[in-house]
Amino acid sequence: MFDNFFEIFYDIFIKGKAYKLMLDGLVYTLVIAVFAVLLGIILGALLAVCKVIPQKNIIAKFFNSVANVYITVFRGTPVMVQLLLFYYGIFPRVMRGYEYKALIIAILVFGLNSAAYVAEIIRSGILSIDKGQMEAGRSLGFTYSQTMMKIILPQAIKNILPALGNEFIVMIKETSVAGFITVFDLTRATRSIVADYYNPFVPYFTLAVVYLVLVMVFTYFLNIFERRLRKSDH
Amino acid sequence: MTTNDVLIKVEGLKKSFGEIDVLKGIDTEIKRGEVVCIIGASGSGKSTFLRCLNLLEEPTGGKIFFNDVDITDPKTDINLHRQKMGMVFQQFNLFPHMTVLKNMTIAPIKVLGISKEEAEDRAMKLLERVGLADRADAYPSQLSGGQKQRVAIVRALCMQPDVMLFDEPTSALDPEMVGEVLDVMKQLAKEGMTMAVVTHEMGFAREVSDRVFFIDEGIIMEEGSPEEVFGNPKSPRLQDFLSKVI
Repeated sequence: MFDNFFEIFYDIFIKGKAYKLMLDGLVYTLVIAVFAVLLGIILGALLAVCKVIPQKNIIAKFFNSVANVYITVFRGTPVMVQLLLFYYGIFPRVMRGYEYKALIIAILVFGLNSAAYVAEIIRSGILSIDKGQMEAGRSLGFTYSQTMMKIILPQAIKNILPALGNEFIVMIKETSVAGFITVFDLTRATRSIVADYYNPFVPYFTLAVVYLVLVMVFTYFLNIFERRLRKSDH
Repeated sequence: MTTNDVLIKVEGLKKSFGEIDVLKGIDTEIKRGEVVCIIGASGSGKSTFLRCLNLLEEPTGGKIFFNDVDITDPKTDINLHRQKMGMVFQQFNLFPHMTVLKNMTIAPIKVLGISKEEAEDRAMKLLERVGLADRADAYPSQLSGGQKQRVAIVRALCMQPDVMLFDEPTSALDPEMVGEVLDVMKQLAKEGMTMAVVTHEMGFAREVSDRVFFIDEGIIMEEGSPEEVFGNPKSPRLQDFLSKVI
């Protein structure tokens, strides 16, 4: 299989200029992954807080139930099905003809899906913080939400950073199904190259290497970032 | 004596956790400038009593007036009143992700709305008073237990509270560090700060307090001046307690 690998690779990607398609796809993949994870973290933090607020009154209980239903639904159905449902089922008429429609729906769906997982990650992060921190914040006159935002969440996020990094890694790879709603991501770009050259091995092998390098580069920077955050821990 | 001299008034305070009645009806007052020490066996409810004063524990019955406002009334904004009630915890509860200076200034800046410069100025003066000005940029994990607790005290003071609540402030400290924390508290008492201190340090209670509460079985079983409580205990429970701890 590896006979002539580099020759074929050169023919397809350099002489045939397929690298341009791959770069386009890479941009889409990264845009989806980055914005979806950001959306997932913001929404996930809100859901997590809904789950940990003391269940003292009806409003708190209401938010808790909403969060529970949300997490159950989005974790309980495949992201691929959610993509098809949102793109073809729920929003067939919205933004019709707009060139970035599929991209926006993909970010939305991957973000909503990720939020369900991130919520559980952040919730465990919040619960890992000593309850004395909340008491100290409240005793200084902070409200519950101020204490959450300024005291608890910054510490919780630091504790769960490895898990959030993992979520981003999962996301980079998960976006490979975005092609099913016409997004021209890395995988979709590669599929079109395969179709053009009737050669599945070299393009798909290259695709795998590209994903692997993406994940490795990200892991490297995540490790550096984590080390800097640990500054206050010595 | 006018009612204005009473800073905290407690009426029929009750607290139960599920089936267990921890506080069974406490009536008392704390006057401005007064130092009250609260003693009692573990599990007697003395920490619960203190934590009820700023509603860290929600009372199940009774009323608490602070500056003549009923803070147990659900309509009262407790956050406003907590600004005026400093609290020091057994486990320090410093914010580990912030420097000493940030620990002290975050609440004055965000809650009281004073400027960063003014807050830092206030914090540095307090740090100097407790001999920790050179540690302003350190993180809590770089401090000893005694230093942590002194920072926790000045963090509460930075809000310029009307009263300071101490919940066993020296119980988590190594013995050689107890003195430095008690010294700060003594100085504070001398300056006229109103203080409520839950403590096992009988020497401190005897020396510094104006009044001593002995809490047992969920009530204030005996109260009086340190001379009365330590010198002439009336109830058998207090006699028994003192014979064990002194």
